[in-house]
Amino acid sequence: MEIAVPQINFSIIAPELVMSAFALGVLLLGVFIPRAGRTDYLGYVSLAGIVVAFFSTIPIMGTSQYAFSNMIAADGFGMFFKVIFLIIALLTVLISIGYARRVDLNFGEYYALIMFSTVGMMLMAAGTSLITIFLGLETMSISIYVLAGMLTGDRKSIESALKYFLLGAFATGFLLYGMALIYGSTGSIVLKEIAAYIKSKPELLRSPMIIIGIALLTIGFGFKVATVPFHMWTPDVYEGAPTSITAFMATGVKAAGFAGFIRVFFSALGAFQPDWITIMWLLAVATMTVGNVVAIAQTNIKRMLAYSSIAHAGYILVAFVAGNELGTASILFYLLVYAFMNIGAFTVVILLGKRGEENVLISDYAGIGFKYPLLAASMTIFLLSMAGIPPLGGFMGKFYIFSAAVKAQYYWLAVIGVLNSAISVYYYLRVTVLMYFREAEREISGLSFSPASVIAIIISTWGVLYMGIFPRSVLALAQRSIETLM
Amino acid sequence: MGGFLSIIVFLPIVGAIVLLFIDKENHSAIRLVAFVFSLAEFVVSLPLFFYFDPKAVGMQFVERVPWIPEYGISYYLGIDGISLLLILLATFLTVLCILSSWSAITVRVKEYMISFLFLETGMVGALVALDLVLFYVFWEVMLIPMYLLIGVWGDPKRRIYAAIKFFIYTMAGSVLMLVAILALYFINFRATGTLTFDALELYKTVIPVGTQYWLFAAFAVAFAIKVPMFPFHTWLPDAHTEAPTAGSVILAGVLLKMGTYGFIRFAMPLFPNAAMDFLPLICVLAIIGIIYGALVSMMQADLKRLVAFSSVSHLGYVILGMFALNMQGVEGSVYQMLNHGVSTGSLFLLVGMIYERRHTRMIADFGGLSKVMPVFAAIFMIVTLSSIGLPGTNGFVGEFLILLGAFRSKTAYGVAAATGVILGAAYMLWMFQRVMFGEIKNPENMKLKDLNTREIATMVPMVLLIFVMGVYPKLFFSKMDVSVDQFIKSFKAKYEMKGEAPTPKLPSILAGGSVRPSSGSN
Repeated sequence: MEIAVPQINFSIIAPELVMSAFALGVLLLGVFIPRAGRTDYLGYVSLAGIVVAFFSTIPIMGTSQYAFSNMIAADGFGMFFKVIFLIIALLTVLISIGYARRVDLNFGEYYALIMFSTVGMMLMAAGTSLITIFLGLETMSISIYVLAGMLTGDRKSIESALKYFLLGAFATGFLLYGMALIYGSTGSIVLKEIAAYIKSKPELLRSPMIIIGIALLTIGFGFKVATVPFHMWTPDVYEGAPTSITAFMATGVKAAGFAGFIRVFFSALGAFQPDWITIMWLLAVATMTVGNVVAIAQTNIKRMLAYSSIAHAGYILVAFVAGNELGTASILFYLLVYAFMNIGAFTVVILLGKRGEENVLISDYAGIGFKYPLLAASMTIFLLSMAGIPPLGGFMGKFYIFSAAVKAQYYWLAVIGVLNSAISVYYYLRVTVLMYFREAEREISGLSFSPASVIAIIISTWGVLYMGIFPRSVLALAQRSIETLM
Repeated sequence: MGGFLSIIVFLPIVGAIVLLFIDKENHSAIRLVAFVFSLAEFVVSLPLFFYFDPKAVGMQFVERVPWIPEYGISYYLGIDGISLLLILLATFLTVLCILSSWSAITVRVKEYMISFLFLETGMVGALVALDLVLFYVFWEVMLIPMYLLIGVWGDPKRRIYAAIKFFIYTMAGSVLMLVAILALYFINFRATGTLTFDALELYKTVIPVGTQYWLFAAFAVAFAIKVPMFPFHTWLPDAHTEAPTAGSVILAGVLLKMGTYGFIRFAMPLFPNAAMDFLPLICVLAIIGIIYGALVSMMQADLKRLVAFSSVSHLGYVILGMFALNMQGVEGSVYQMLNHGVSTGSLFLLVGMIYERRHTRMIADFGGLSKVMPVFAAIFMIVTLSSIGLPGTNGFVGEFLILLGAFRSKTAYGVAAATGVILGAAYMLWMFQRVMFGEIKNPENMKLKDLNTREIATMVPMVLLIFVMGVYPKLFFSKMDVSVDQFIKSFKAKYEMKGEAPTPKLPSILAGGSVRPSSGSN
């Protein structure tokens, strides 16, 4: 009897391995070299890990190969997302270095969990079987549950973690149930095999079991990317979590959620596109509209950005509905530029606070425009980019998304989308109104800008401007990346 | 002349970058540098006028570099006789605006000048862009600096309200235009197989009339808000009144023209059938704007609001002339765009000068100013007459041609619009009388100083222009004759196709990319 030994190809998961190794290393360093109070070095070690992981992606860049019995792939789609996640992790660690000291999070577990959850994200994007995607999602989520509640002295942080954990566990249950139903009807967990099986048995297209499975998957992924009506947790969790982790969640978790969403729906369930498109259309409209309208009423900047992140998920769903190649490529483009502008904005939120005084009310921004001109100018760039004002990256992202919708002749969806974007201008502008047009009601002074955060802001600003003025190369890359997917 | 337009577009940004490196307390250096750059910009834009070939059809000074070639988006600049004059107006007014801000702006001078120079880049860029995406980018770029100018340096009472209203109104209109641009792009792609945002190529796209309605409506609303046409005008009095003087000048002088320019460059030639079918509606709205603007002006107690509402009236003429669709109407319309920039710009400058002295703009606070400020009163008189359209001043030429064009297109339009001329004379002269003549009742007006040298230097070019444009309009018409003629011809030619004709014959450069064989019936 012969047992086929599956081909083991570690190079394909090299970035994940590197990140895991460094995460473990940081964890141990934190325990064995405590250096009370001076633990910034943990952040630098994590940075080194991320950079090494980035280099380890280079050998597999541009290839398209599968490993571990088709459980995982190194294809353009996965690689593009891995690079996005590494950039997000890099920026998150950079903004954490000063912030973690301020809020007493400066220990090994903090950085290790960021890296572990990045590993989970990468597995989600690279996974080509339902199990890998699920494992990636859990690795990511569990790390985030812990990170959200790490401010143990802060009731809001604990509430945030508990809420996220309970609801997240529920959503994961839905997701897993959906996967089980799909496995039950098709007999496979590998996405390509599912697609092939559905193709060979057209009667499956009307199978209630698969359709319920798809609905449950939509709920599960919809929860992770925060679409309406599965968004209820977002504002509370974003508000309570440490700000650096909020930035990480708003960009990384959302990008990973969309990576899994796209991979499963386009690779395995493409045949059902006519069925899920109406649902997605409704979700897109509801998500954009609720996100933008409710954001107007917020007084806390973290909550405002939370609702804005819901709205952005809605824009991305517009491209999801469009479903064409352009749409999928524009999602990749958008998620990258969104990472830059959102982390940039949260970095400004962090920098405006100091120990014991976080200054997260929108009214705290009054008058900082002329007091901290560069900080305010970069905040303005990030917010205007989110509002979609040219020549910033956010505009190009929306431009691609809406052109995908128009190309697929979803005119009304595009119109609703751009009108939403006009609504969003109101609350983004409100912050600039306060920064530039109003005098400070109370003095904010004695802010210290950690060099690492400043670097994060510079990188983000550069990203937003570069992708706005020279979007060509990134879009071309995104278009190449989805070739293997469709 | 490669790169010439790019220099004109980006020179102000260079100035803004230079300003970044000047100490922000050093106000005089900041003002000087900003002035030098705006003057340089004007000087650099002058050769356009002299080297522009008035007989050539089509765009001149063309620059074209692929920007996002996968999408057919290019950095495509070029001007014709219409944009040429508007560019000169923009660069000219910016110089005067910076001069007029010399003593009016005393706080955050650096940020103010930077905003102004950015605004100039946006304006000139929008006027030279021939690629729809590029145009949209510049169009939106204009918003931010103008928003800041109103919001930071505006009148403290309602500036924030006015700034936000200005921004949201314009933005809401322009995002719909973006969808229409995209729709047009894909319609053209399906018809010709070419991906392009090149406006001149898209002129040739034949679009079914039903589709044209939607697309034209989206473009027209965006532009009508900017113009502003009745009933989209409500942002204008607020923005004008609250903006600092220079902001009002540039808003009235150039930004409003972006709307009318958008009609003539994009909305009408792209969708002629829809434009024709909407024509009665637009003309009626224009006439309502003319009369309503004049009547509301008459009742204003605030000088600036009066001038602001008079803009609604004047811009109504511009739209009416444009939609008369004959040589007189369109030429008059373009000329009136320039006139309005000069005369309304001057009015705002003058109101700003008196406001700096008295910190009030209420007509009731003045009276008898001609006794204490004779120079001011004389210049004000000339500008008022120009605004009314007295023969010999620029306003006459524009209004006369527009009315002539309107009569030729439909007598009723001409008659209705002509009443606006009378009302215009009424509100301007009545205002002038109340401010300038009579006894000086308010003791504060006794010690008012007349204009100083800098202020006179700001106004002299305006006064000269008023007369030159009034006496020798040929200087300007000669530049735009061919372009306007071309506009009307191509509009009518495309209109004749009715959107039912088969795909028109493609020019040789595009023939390779065509997926559908052309029938050659064109």
